[in-house]
Amino acid sequence: MKDFAQLYTALDETTKTNAKVEALVRYFCHAAPEDAPWAVHFLIGRRPKRLVESRKLAGWAAEEAGIPDWLFGECYHAAGDLAETIALLLPPSAASSDLPLHRWVEERLLPLRHMDDAQRREALLRAWREMDDTQRFVWNKLITGEFRVGVSRLLVIRALAGFSGVKAEVLAHRLMGDWQPTLEFWRQALEADARDADVSRPYPFCLAYPLEGEVESLGDVREWLAEWKWDGIRAQLIRRSSQTFLWSRGEDLITDRFPELERAGGLLPEGTVLDGEILPWKDGAPLPFAQMQRRIGRKALGARILNEVPVVLIAYDVLELAGEDVRERPLQWRRARLEEVIAMAGSHLVLSPVVHGDSWEDLANARVESRGRDVEGLMLKRLDSPYRPGRRRGDWWKWKIEPYSVDAVLIYAQPGNGRRASLFTDYTFGVWDNGHLVPFAKAYSGLTDEEIRKVDAFVRGNTVERFGPVRVVKPELVFELAFEGIQESPRHKSGIAVRFPRMARWRTDKKPQDADTLDTIRGLTKK
Amino acid sequence: MAAPLSRYPLYCTRAGEYNLTTVAFFPYTAAAARPSIILNAGKLRGVVLILRQSDNGLFCEAGNFHVDPWEPVDRAVITHAHSDHARWGSKRYLVARDGERVLRQRLSADPDARFAPKIESVEYGQPVFLNGVRVSLHPAGHILGSAQVRIEHRGEVWVVSGDYKLQSDPTCAPFEPLRCHTFVTESTFGLPIYRWPSSENVLASVADWWRANREAGKASLLLTYSLGKAQRLLAGLANRMEGAAIYTHGAVEAPTEIYRQQGVPLANTVHVAAAPPDTVWSTALILAPPSCRGTPWTRRFEPFSSGFASGWMRIRGTRRRLSLDRGFVFSDHADWSGLNEAIEATGAESVWVTHGYRTPLVRWLREKGRDARAVETRFEGEAES
Repeated sequence: MKDFAQLYTALDETTKTNAKVEALVRYFCHAAPEDAPWAVHFLIGRRPKRLVESRKLAGWAAEEAGIPDWLFGECYHAAGDLAETIALLLPPSAASSDLPLHRWVEERLLPLRHMDDAQRREALLRAWREMDDTQRFVWNKLITGEFRVGVSRLLVIRALAGFSGVKAEVLAHRLMGDWQPTLEFWRQALEADARDADVSRPYPFCLAYPLEGEVESLGDVREWLAEWKWDGIRAQLIRRSSQTFLWSRGEDLITDRFPELERAGGLLPEGTVLDGEILPWKDGAPLPFAQMQRRIGRKALGARILNEVPVVLIAYDVLELAGEDVRERPLQWRRARLEEVIAMAGSHLVLSPVVHGDSWEDLANARVESRGRDVEGLMLKRLDSPYRPGRRRGDWWKWKIEPYSVDAVLIYAQPGNGRRASLFTDYTFGVWDNGHLVPFAKAYSGLTDEEIRKVDAFVRGNTVERFGPVRVVKPELVFELAFEGIQESPRHKSGIAVRFPRMARWRTDKKPQDADTLDTIRGLTKK
Repeated sequence: MAAPLSRYPLYCTRAGEYNLTTVAFFPYTAAAARPSIILNAGKLRGVVLILRQSDNGLFCEAGNFHVDPWEPVDRAVITHAHSDHARWGSKRYLVARDGERVLRQRLSADPDARFAPKIESVEYGQPVFLNGVRVSLHPAGHILGSAQVRIEHRGEVWVVSGDYKLQSDPTCAPFEPLRCHTFVTESTFGLPIYRWPSSENVLASVADWWRANREAGKASLLLTYSLGKAQRLLAGLANRMEGAAIYTHGAVEAPTEIYRQQGVPLANTVHVAAAPPDTVWSTALILAPPSCRGTPWTRRFEPFSSGFASGWMRIRGTRRRLSLDRGFVFSDHADWSGLNEAIEATGAESVWVTHGYRTPLVRWLREKGRDARAVETRFEGEAES
């Protein structure tokens, strides 16, 4: 735990990527082979399923710190991170633990799951008393997840590659899926022989960049494949060794959530991997994504919901054919094979339609129609490109439709989390309705740090009322909000809900009375 | 308003503690300097309001002066020279003697000002009478010349803390606990997550950081508040960084010079502007105000590691938001236990809480059975604490 806590501190003490990679390599060089896979496990953002309820964790920490729960809550709002708040509040410690990471995890952390609350409380208090401040913080992080130390999966892979000499691509592959952080896994992960056994393992997803410049800059339109950009769940459907696996991009094995796709996978030839988008789908068209959320939210999938919200996989790529990795073949070739595969598959696998156009102008026109089709715009993929892992510029572009935008007034503000703690960064905006500002959207992103500081100062100086952490502010600042979709929602005061709202611009040129009205926004839906 | 309180029960309860003879016979109805009275709902006692909140900040009506006024007034009693406490434009200022030069420098440095402020100073503990009200200034331990304002009028004693800390600081006189009836306290770090490590440990880690940077061929750019904190660092680092070249930004250099003139021993420094063009920065420690972060001014030090010495660095999020390499938890304010200890030591029946986390501290004190209330501040003090 000492080494791991030190690693955490080292990662936390620099903002520079290279320094982070160096710190990771140093750690892997010294770490016991039992500890290292756990370190990787946590650093790439995995965590054991909820071991302790946050509320209880907070309650026990407050008790140990000798403060009332409300004061713990105030502290949490200032620090913006539960693990950190607890570490800052616990009584000062003179202890420090020499127990290695894997033993802390296997003997102290994981058993929490099988304990009752009284035992959990005991176990946590004991653990805190054995650790120094940094160890406590890291330990709390192991419980709550969300390391937020500026280390991505890619960075860990880079460090592992640097340390072991195994190619980054191979490591990326090995670190996907459902591996267990064991000694055996660690040896296999660093194995120089790159033929891997695990049948369920997906390939790293190829990700697209948003197109920012003019589309003409991509060159000849004939070198590109255009498809609709669907708003669903990105997934890989894998058929190997007579088994079917469905992986989401978040690397969850989600096969059991989509029984119709599992059945569809059964009809695929042995050794096939498809890349696509899971969509709620009925009568040849997508259902609103909210329907999908209804389905995802269910613990048990009854016949009724399966019937009401059936799904399909809109397949747009094939990564493995007859057990052979075909990612290096050009897209044109893969697309032709994909068409053959889908032709033979069941109705739950749908070929992603090609959007035809002889010129960029044709495609631009098609893109304008997107909204009517419930898609987010177009995807443009270079026909001669291989399937590359991760987000790289050049081969895949998302050409999204322009967002909706309205001018709205800042009415409430609340402190953010993590690096935005202690700053008012979470805002609620209102628009006019019969002479009143009704709250209509919350937004957190889109401002520069400089702007955030200015808004923060405004909030502090113009608070009219406080409700817990929420400040009601003088309605004065106007922002242009962009968002993707509008839906009727009886749960919202304004009667509408918008998707992905964010701040497009601070309209310092506008006064609150210039902001839009609810009627205007309702009107946008009818376009 | 005065009528129902003709027997002054409040004063009598304190007779053992203060000499209240004059109070008991105070001709209450005699008009001019009549204190205002408020009744605390549900409590059978009155509180004499020696200070009240005015549009310009805390005002003593009987003495006709403001403490740290926000706008120009006739007479300002100043706790210390930081810009959220000492505002430009008042006719007369009263300040502790140790803080006079710093205040003068600060007030005349104001770019708006063609302003020669009339500043009077007084030794710590030496009383002055303003309109018959006894006022004395006592060390607050915040920066050189920082003071708590003790106001005594007709037996009632109020203390305005200004900003203060209980931690030791070789650059200024230590905080002096004062008994009083009402204590007006700051609460900049009024949450229990704010707990300061010992200054020795922090100074040692600053020195270690500088050493590690020097070995890695990087300059050490340490952001710090230019008045008070920078000098406290220079005093603490003097014998921990033997042979180091320490450079200062102009905003740091000016008060540093005043500290030296007043005999505070500090590490030697060179003004960055006075450094020759071929200066080797990679072995240097540079002290600069936080506003320099990310400005072109810092480019000359590349490559460098950036650090910030502030109580706010206790929270990771704050440091990471500023994209700094290192945060050093080093504050000139009281931490949570410091605030509680200081409040406890005053024996005050009533606590007014200002500057910072007012609401939680007030609630905490009330739950402990103390009479406490939040007092408005115009300046939250985050720019220059």
